[in-house]
Amino acid sequence: MDTVLYNPAATVTAPAPWGRVRRSRYVADRALKVICTLFTLLGAFVLGWILLMLVVEGIGGLSPAVFTETTPGPGTAGGGIANAIVGSLILTVLGIVAATPIGVLAGTYLAEYGKTSMLATIIRFVNDILLAAPSILIGLFVYMLMVQPMGGYSGWAGGVALAIIAVPVIVRSTEDMLRLVPSSLREAGAALGAPMSTVIMKISWKAARAGMVTGVILATARIAGETAPLLFTALNNNFWFSPTLMGGVSNLPVTIYQFALAPYENWRELAWAGALIITLSILALSVVARLLLKKDKVR
Amino acid sequence: MSSTIAVNTSSAIGNAAAADTTVPVRIAVKNLNFYYGDFRSLKDISIDFYDRQVTALIGPSGCGKSTLLRTFNRIYSLYPEQRADGQILLDGQNVLSPSVDVNELRARVGMVFQKPTPFPMSIYDNIAFGIRLYEKLPKSELDGRVEEALRKAALWDEVKDKLRQSGMGLSGGQQQRLCIARTIAQRPEVILLDEPTSALDPISTGKIEELIEQLRSEFTIVIVTHNMQQAARISQFTAFMYLGELIEFGPTTKMFMNPSKKQTQDYITGRFG
Repeated sequence: MDTVLYNPAATVTAPAPWGRVRRSRYVADRALKVICTLFTLLGAFVLGWILLMLVVEGIGGLSPAVFTETTPGPGTAGGGIANAIVGSLILTVLGIVAATPIGVLAGTYLAEYGKTSMLATIIRFVNDILLAAPSILIGLFVYMLMVQPMGGYSGWAGGVALAIIAVPVIVRSTEDMLRLVPSSLREAGAALGAPMSTVIMKISWKAARAGMVTGVILATARIAGETAPLLFTALNNNFWFSPTLMGGVSNLPVTIYQFALAPYENWRELAWAGALIITLSILALSVVARLLLKKDKVR
Repeated sequence: MSSTIAVNTSSAIGNAAAADTTVPVRIAVKNLNFYYGDFRSLKDISIDFYDRQVTALIGPSGCGKSTLLRTFNRIYSLYPEQRADGQILLDGQNVLSPSVDVNELRARVGMVFQKPTPFPMSIYDNIAFGIRLYEKLPKSELDGRVEEALRKAALWDEVKDKLRQSGMGLSGGQQQRLCIARTIAQRPEVILLDEPTSALDPISTGKIEELIEQLRSEFTIVIVTHNMQQAARISQFTAFMYLGELIEFGPTTKMFMNPSKKQTQDYITGRFG
């Protein structure tokens, strides 16, 4: 009854050559870890450098005048970027208000109705292309679609260009978030006799709400800093723009682009201040988005 | 080994009320076939479910017991590749007929799932959800219906002070009773339970089993279970299924004490499955 079923001492006769195998694996293991860490640090260093430079250069230019005065003319001292800040706010809001319903409803179609159908597959593919499209192309497209026929630049064209950039971001995030809603929840809704529209609006959207809002916020952050699509649409304006938004509408990204390259010291300072303001706004939006997602996970 | 299990099983029999074959048939299934794409997963099933009795569907995994359950409220029709043919007569009307409105059917035939599925809303709104779909009630009456449902699901005392809190914050067992409350709030005729306790601890399971025993006076209940002791404890009738076929159906006492088929005997005594 005392039979030993497994006796390692009996099976292992000679010591295994641990050393060789272990050393080479150990070296490869450590090397990969060191290389990955180095490149991460490199990336973080560049990012940190940009941020630091932005804060160092931008903070000096920040003054009350930045938020109250309009962009100065060539050779004029002082001035601010109030018109660019307000213009950017209007353009971003226009873009996101136009893009949100389209993006959310299209994302809902893909996740809840289309699923793996031919149409849904094609839309998903096209959406991914649009997601990666160079934004200057979108600017050109809206130039031909709106600026030429309307006979001039306008804030409306700028809003449409920004909306076209935001739509694929929102479609994608909405679909992804709705697909995370377990199908058991939809079945439970249907099992109570709820029609599909009720299941989607009262259950799926509610369950995915935080993620969907986050997607919209990240799309807002994305379009707030876009320059290229505005060059052909809203252009810019060194004065207060028309309340009808016809003609050039001043905005931060294009102002930064123009002022940063100018030979006037106060223009360059304002460009730095503008860049800092955009970056901080985007940072704030991203933090809000993260908090929303986190809160949802806790719940 | 097998004899021990058999003894355990039979000791549970008799806890539930005896089968009553004098009551009317509520659901009559006739020559039902079911397909997942090309795969035929139910083969010519014919079985009767009696009014206000608990019928347990047992059998090894993949035998088709959940599939059968999912035909009674046509929940399978959410998935386009799934289809059923044959007849399922609920009070004489074939529910598989396209003329039957699927949402009305589901309001009459409630279902509770394996995993608790509270909606991401307050406890109150979870219960009111199903009622609001088909009835426009004044606030006071709706409050009454919510309370009634929670009382019947033996959950009222635990949640009466936090009706506005999220249903997702309850424990697993409470969530499952919330789902049962949500189902009975709609006042269905039939309740389908798909392994309702397999994700729960023994104490929560005990509470749900007591609940099923109480609900039997009002509702016709069909329960899928992997747990044979559970089937023996709570059901009046038992159906044993294997590989998409109905092997044997009868009063639970007879099925466990004296089954007619050897396959049933083998499964119940734990020789396979």
